[in-house]
Amino acid sequence: MANTQSMCTSFMGQLLNGGHQFGTITLTSRTSLTAPTADSFKAALYLASATMNASATVYTVTGEVSGTGYSAGGVAVTMGTVPTATNSSATAGVAFVTPSASITYTTVTLATAFDAVLLYNSTQGNTAVSVHTFGSQTISAGTFTLTMPANTTSTALIRLATT
Amino acid sequence: MALVTTTKGEMDETLLEKKEGSVDNDNEYTTWVEYWLEGELVHRSAHVQLKKSVGLKVEAASFG
Repeated sequence: MANTQSMCTSFMGQLLNGGHQFGTITLTSRTSLTAPTADSFKAALYLASATMNASATVYTVTGEVSGTGYSAGGVAVTMGTVPTATNSSATAGVAFVTPSASITYTTVTLATAFDAVLLYNSTQGNTAVSVHTFGSQTISAGTFTLTMPANTTSTALIRLATT
Repeated sequence: MALVTTTKGEMDETLLEKKEGSVDNDNEYTTWVEYWLEGELVHRSAHVQLKKSVGLKVEAASFG
């Protein structure tokens, strides 16, 4: 046997579940200190002219779409599947999670082109999670649907992986 | 009779010109449908299937 330098896969999974705290942070109560409830997440759409990227820290109305049927802040995201952590070798692993349902904006009119969605934690001060881009779209009295990739080690929407 | 939600209210689909399209690349598979009335776009819906995840690489650093 030999030891192998690596990040523990279980740790990555626990990160997705808020299981470690290396520094101080201000949190909204998750009800219980020992069995905290899951946070809620939302998805907001951003104009093609906006600057939404890795530097985002919180949800912002700046650059967000607006139009009939769309409420600022976007829609709730269903996270029905708990994060999974899987080892692929002694040195590699992946922790991942994907919303369990499509994100749908029903009967909206979004006349100005948009091409990005921000996922954010609406429980913890609207803190930013991830930005996903797609081809520029407009919607007229219609429905915009974002369907999620399969929740696997290689395609899950949000993945933490060892190098 | 199929009804379509449009900018002018519910309309019979047979009164409208329907256009459909799709985009398939490494990032997404997108389909869209449009309904036009006398040259005016009165309905557009789109469905984006995301293909790519956003990943974060993590590493346990060496000493020294």
